[in-house]
Amino acid sequence: SSNEHKLNFKKSKEACLSYIQDALLQKQWKRAAEFLTCYVESLEKDYSREHVGPSEMIWRIGTEILWHHSQNGMKEFSCFMEQMKTLGVKRYLKVCLEHVFHLLCNGQIDEAYQNLSLAESWRFGEQTAIQDKEMKLIQAYRGLLDYYSWSKQKNILLDHGEDGFSDLSVEQEMHGYFRKAAVNLKEIIKIPGVWDLFVKCYVDLLEFYGDHNEAHQVLNEYAYNSKFPANPNAHVYLYQFLKRQGESKKSLISALKILHDIVPSHELMIDFNTMLQKSKKRKKRRLGLEVIFAALDYAGWKENAKAWNCLARQMKQIVISEKYLDWIKQEWNSRKDWWPAFHFSRYLAKRNWQENKSLSYEKALVAGILLGKGCKYFKYVSQQGCKAQLKRFRVLKKFVNRHNPVYLRISG
Amino acid sequence: RDFNERCAQCSEVNWGITDGGRFYCRSCHNVTERTREVVNTDCITNSRVQTISKGLRKQEKNDGGSEWYICEGFQLVLKKQVEALEALGVCPQMKDEVLCNFWRCYLQKSKQAYCKRPAGEAVKALSVCESSTDVDSDPEKPSLLHLLSLSESEGDLQTDCSFASSMSKVSESTSVYSGSVDGSLYLMKNQKEKLRMTMPMTLSFCYMALLWVREPITLSELLRFVVEGHIPYLNVFQHFPEKMKLCGLDLKIFCVESWPVYEEVFNQMHELAAFLDLPRFPDITESCFLHPDMLCMKYLMEANLPDELHNWTCRVVKKIGIGEVDFLTLMPGNKTTRKVKYDVLAVAVIVVVLKLLFLLDDHYEWLLSELAEERNKNNTEVCIFYSGGPYFEFKKWYEVVKHSLDVEQKKLDEERAKYLWRCEKPLFYSVKNKSKVLKRRQMVVNLQNQFGKLSGSVQCAEKPNPSSFQLSWSEEKADGSCFHGHSLKGILQEKRGLLTARNPDYWLCTVKLCNEKLCGHLAHYREVEFPQSYHFVLGLFSFLLRVQPSYIHDEVCMIEHKLFNKKLCKKTKIQHSPKK
Repeated sequence: SSNEHKLNFKKSKEACLSYIQDALLQKQWKRAAEFLTCYVESLEKDYSREHVGPSEMIWRIGTEILWHHSQNGMKEFSCFMEQMKTLGVKRYLKVCLEHVFHLLCNGQIDEAYQNLSLAESWRFGEQTAIQDKEMKLIQAYRGLLDYYSWSKQKNILLDHGEDGFSDLSVEQEMHGYFRKAAVNLKEIIKIPGVWDLFVKCYVDLLEFYGDHNEAHQVLNEYAYNSKFPANPNAHVYLYQFLKRQGESKKSLISALKILHDIVPSHELMIDFNTMLQKSKKRKKRRLGLEVIFAALDYAGWKENAKAWNCLARQMKQIVISEKYLDWIKQEWNSRKDWWPAFHFSRYLAKRNWQENKSLSYEKALVAGILLGKGCKYFKYVSQQGCKAQLKRFRVLKKFVNRHNPVYLRISG
Repeated sequence: RDFNERCAQCSEVNWGITDGGRFYCRSCHNVTERTREVVNTDCITNSRVQTISKGLRKQEKNDGGSEWYICEGFQLVLKKQVEALEALGVCPQMKDEVLCNFWRCYLQKSKQAYCKRPAGEAVKALSVCESSTDVDSDPEKPSLLHLLSLSESEGDLQTDCSFASSMSKVSESTSVYSGSVDGSLYLMKNQKEKLRMTMPMTLSFCYMALLWVREPITLSELLRFVVEGHIPYLNVFQHFPEKMKLCGLDLKIFCVESWPVYEEVFNQMHELAAFLDLPRFPDITESCFLHPDMLCMKYLMEANLPDELHNWTCRVVKKIGIGEVDFLTLMPGNKTTRKVKYDVLAVAVIVVVLKLLFLLDDHYEWLLSELAEERNKNNTEVCIFYSGGPYFEFKKWYEVVKHSLDVEQKKLDEERAKYLWRCEKPLFYSVKNKSKVLKRRQMVVNLQNQFGKLSGSVQCAEKPNPSSFQLSWSEEKADGSCFHGHSLKGILQEKRGLLTARNPDYWLCTVKLCNEKLCGHLAHYREVEFPQSYHFVLGLFSFLLRVQPSYIHDEVCMIEHKLFNKKLCKKTKIQHSPKK
């Protein structure tokens, strides 16, 4: 006989869970609470074979409900979290950590710090070793909060300025925070992962105390260690650091190279192209052209006058020198099918002219070179420009007319 | 007196019993460790079964409990259940005369009481008090895990295993498998042979008693009352007296974590009736509530169908002979007669009648409905009044009933998701995990309070009064949502002085019935193979009876078989013969 339809404890609770899920998705907190009340007795039954047991369910669902719909605010929330901590030893640190996050979101920095310290001192036999990762995270976040305190003290010091003596205690405190923060931040960034905020803070500390070597090493590791996941920000941080340190163009360029590979549309591509354009090395200049073309492939750059300016400048240079026209040809090959409609339509010509004359100027130059003097964009803009008696547009017109054969060579 | 082993010391067979309940050899006064269990034939109103030998039962155990046997527990359960039934209006004779005797008979037949040697197995009993310290340990002694798996109650494997492992650490000689004396023994006994008592079977007992006194409660109603909490079932052990401590294997026996199904209770009841060698039950006659004519009326009302349909159900009942006393009355042990499911049968008759009159092929019934609608439009109120109600419109009926059904079904589904299975009385397998269990319970109560407050709804303390009708329709409502008084004129015609259906066709649910013994069903119901209207009607009664639609479908097939089989046989004969 088929007893599959028989209603039993397990099925009843499964149904209960799906009602909770529906209610949560529709943000019906009261209803979710209603069903959760009926679900909690699952705790009395053992589900250790299941992947996610009732205690975890209740923790996560309860957190959601209380976060959005609590009558007594954070007090009730914290009370609930404390209960959840006792529910599952295997999850203790995780619950602590999430509790801390909620406290931080609520602006309760001090409570968060207290909880972190408490969690850090937790020991529970072999669980301590098993939950090693969570422990590291807890220490890392405490380090972060220590950095935050350090930063506050630093600002106090800077505000007071010359008044050195009475700030000795502040200074000492500040150093204390530095030491605590540094230790923990250093530890966490050793583990492969994405630690943007931690890295930034740590580097900030190191720079303040003048340990540039360490900072450089840290950033290098973060950007180039293959064990770490590819992270554009890592390269950005490194670049910014090197710039601050006044490093050579060569090292700056190498810092941005991978960024270009990962995120060709990054805003730093303008800086990158600018540096590359000016390089004496042919390869670098070639790369520069590639970089700027790649950036302008993205819709977000369409109206960026500076970017167009970079491209225009470089292309003008190439055209005038009549060397390396094949570079332009190469870049244009894969774009000639869609760039005209994407950038150089008549509609865009009108709009650009109306909204941003500099933009239209740069674009017209590029269009003129790539598509010849007969292209709609160039024609319209140069016409308008000349009508408006703007000198540079006349110059532009002349230039393009003079170099029209170039277009033929490019497009051919 | 029945102990026939030779004394280890003097090889005589001359045994007596000490005050402590042990066997001693009268010749050489060698005292063995063997104990004897005897069950008394005290009156059943004293719900504790006492022993003859004084002092055999240890009154005081460490935790303030005393010895108790599983059947005592069940006796208490039955007592509570029948008291609840009495509170619902069932006649008191059921308790004192009927159920009482059934139970006594059962105990006797299963050799748990009222007989000379209740357990040759008593010697092997793993009792709480001193057990055998014989050198040759019983090779048949089952492992605890095996015992745990024998019970039908669902446990969690983890708890079972941890219990089993924690038990095995206890020394071989003493075993605290259960709070009751014979918990482990109980699970060990061969189910099939002696019809071991289980929680679902208590309901079989109740139903059997109800049937005997012919109370107007159908099995589906009984089960519904159980689920609604009017009859103790879930957590009924809460009402056991303090001294009866439940733990270990007792939990497997008395804790339920699922609602019993109609089929299960029904089949077990029949097995039980046969086991007890009961005679023919009191006759179910036309005036009985359980007679199809009566039940059809009830269900027609509940389904909001016109009263006129009752004529038709009576006709069908008469034609296929299911209104006969001999058909309806239960003869235990008679394997040839089909066991009658009164409620399912009645409902199936209605379904067949609907098919007869409306065809229910997803076309014809809507056609008829349109015609009726036309007629109703044309008629004035006065006409309707005089001609006995408006024409019954299937479409309107469908809309009204479907709406209500959906609402009720939704409510039911939510209730099902909100059942609370646990109760205040904590359950623990062994004293070892008692503190853990209590802590958990406390946490659960805390969480329930916390989130209960957040949910804002007031928990209704009173459960709704038990009622026989789940759907009710009132003619007083002017919105025309009650169809009892509607007329079937539009779909009937007169032929040779007899009213017949306009509908000339009929489709059979199945051409051939399955062999029930082979596959357990008469037919196999798959939604997609049948018209939506048929599916809807089955769904409606399935909701009312809380059984699966296929269950009703089987019964419909049975009725159709009775109704049409002869015709079908004739037809096939005619078809085959001219070819010769």
